[in-house]
Amino acid sequence: MSASIQPEAGGQAGARYSFPAEDCSRIPYGMYRDAEIYALEQQRIFHGPVWNFLALEAEIPNPGDFRVVAVGDTPVIVDRAKDGSVHAMVNRCAHRGSIVQRALHGNCRVHTCCYHQWSFDLTGKLVGVPFQKGVNGKGGLPADFDKSCHGLQQLKIARLSGVIFGTFSDEAPPLAEFLGPLFTHQVQRLFHKPVRVLGYQRQRIFGNWKLYTDNLRDPNHGGLLHMFQITFGIARLNGTGGAQMDADGKHNLSWAAQGGRTDGAEDESYGDTGRGDMNIKLRDPSLLRYHKEFPDDLTLAISSLFPGAALQQIGNCLAVRQIRTRSADEFDIVSTFFGYQDDDAEMTRHRLRKANLAGPAGLVSMEDGEAVELVHRAIVRDGDQHSVVEFGGRGPIRDQENLVSDVPMRGFWMYYCKLMGISAGAAA
Amino acid sequence: MSLAVELRLRVHDLVETYGRLLDEDKLEAWVELFAETCRYEIISRENREQNLPLSLMLCDNKDMLRDRIFSLREANIYNIHRDCHVIGLVRVTQGVGAAFAATASYALFQSNQEGDSRLFSVGRYEMDLVEDDGRLLIARQIVVVDTGAIPTLLATPI
Repeated sequence: MSASIQPEAGGQAGARYSFPAEDCSRIPYGMYRDAEIYALEQQRIFHGPVWNFLALEAEIPNPGDFRVVAVGDTPVIVDRAKDGSVHAMVNRCAHRGSIVQRALHGNCRVHTCCYHQWSFDLTGKLVGVPFQKGVNGKGGLPADFDKSCHGLQQLKIARLSGVIFGTFSDEAPPLAEFLGPLFTHQVQRLFHKPVRVLGYQRQRIFGNWKLYTDNLRDPNHGGLLHMFQITFGIARLNGTGGAQMDADGKHNLSWAAQGGRTDGAEDESYGDTGRGDMNIKLRDPSLLRYHKEFPDDLTLAISSLFPGAALQQIGNCLAVRQIRTRSADEFDIVSTFFGYQDDDAEMTRHRLRKANLAGPAGLVSMEDGEAVELVHRAIVRDGDQHSVVEFGGRGPIRDQENLVSDVPMRGFWMYYCKLMGISAGAAA
Repeated sequence: MSLAVELRLRVHDLVETYGRLLDEDKLEAWVELFAETCRYEIISRENREQNLPLSLMLCDNKDMLRDRIFSLREANIYNIHRDCHVIGLVRVTQGVGAAFAATASYALFQSNQEGDSRLFSVGRYEMDLVEDDGRLLIARQIVVVDTGAIPTLLATPI
């Protein structure tokens, strides 16, 4: 935390920028570039009253299994204790603040810090301090040193269908309330049976993390920036799809349904952009095949969960993405791809091929890394100028029955401002 | 069994051509270094070491490879850059199920339009090669990337 940030609403950094419209249809550029805003976010968003996606239970099936993840930029260990319970704790030694667990994943009995060999059990309790009583009565820790006061900092966790969420805050509402019925359902839908992790993808983007959460809540860019679907006639913005949010507007489901392409009057929508007028076939269209596996007709369902996670169904390509911030100017996306334990070899092969569509090399996603960096580079100055968020209209946040909308972006920002203590509107 | 010097030189030429065609943005010609039955895969060391099958890019036939390149040309938008492959010494061995195998480490630098260069990827090539009508072709190319945290995005092949 920067010392200059005040505990009162918004802090000095928050007061530096104004949101001229209370519906967040204008976002000041400075919100994406200011290091003090970034520090305040770590405190009020990532460590605030929210549930952060941490990991899948399938990643730590056995007692002693652990994985190192992050909440914002705070390193976190998620593990399974001897009794099968799941725990999450800050990966920072209670002694001198060193990283305790240096491995990314593995199985262990205790987490031992290499610096002075302090060891912590799988629930984060300090269980071992070498030379606690010194040598031959000399040195060591004071007699009243209480190990029980020096465990690893705990996160509260909550689980839903094998998905592990964590919070630093006692103020966080119950997980089901935080997610709301729609996103509770979306988690249950994607994790309706035991999953098998297929692997990880990591991407480092040199831009602000909120440009990515904006991007996730802007279905309008899908058919304009990501031209793979358009070029090969897979989907169009004027197909069947939309965006649905929770009551706060903080989470967003961008969806498209099977048979989404509606031929007809669409072809003039692209105007003079020179895009959208191709009718080219893939030599190997098997990549595009969708094997229906959910009771609904959704072929695309991206649930963006506040603050930094997304559940992804692109056809049969399933994953959960976690944003790990590094600074105001850099973040990682870590994606865990999965299938189901009862997938046969052919289905697994299909999912693995389908993964060509997603991630840093994704045929329908690689552009996002470029778009985020293009914005981030251009808004280095003029922090008090604004981006314009008006597709789908101004005013109250409402679900969208089409994809030509960025209303969910405004939903994110209104909730964000609330947690940050920044007031949006003329009075700001 | 020691392989003939001439064969080693032919493999070295192939690997040099592979990197050069990518660097010169001759992606369609690069595809033709592959056999009709082929596999091209980029996988992170992280997944490889955990026996996790997920790739970053996977073309398990030549049509998929052609589609990937066609998509780059016609559909995808990515950082405007030039590649520079620096490929290390190539080890050539008798193949298992293929005529020959070749391995080499690589470093791939990317430079933007302003001449700002960055290390984009390091890792290792694992190639299976076949002879076809007197020509050496790539039957399988697995790129194992150590730089698993892909900087910005991964568009052009490694």
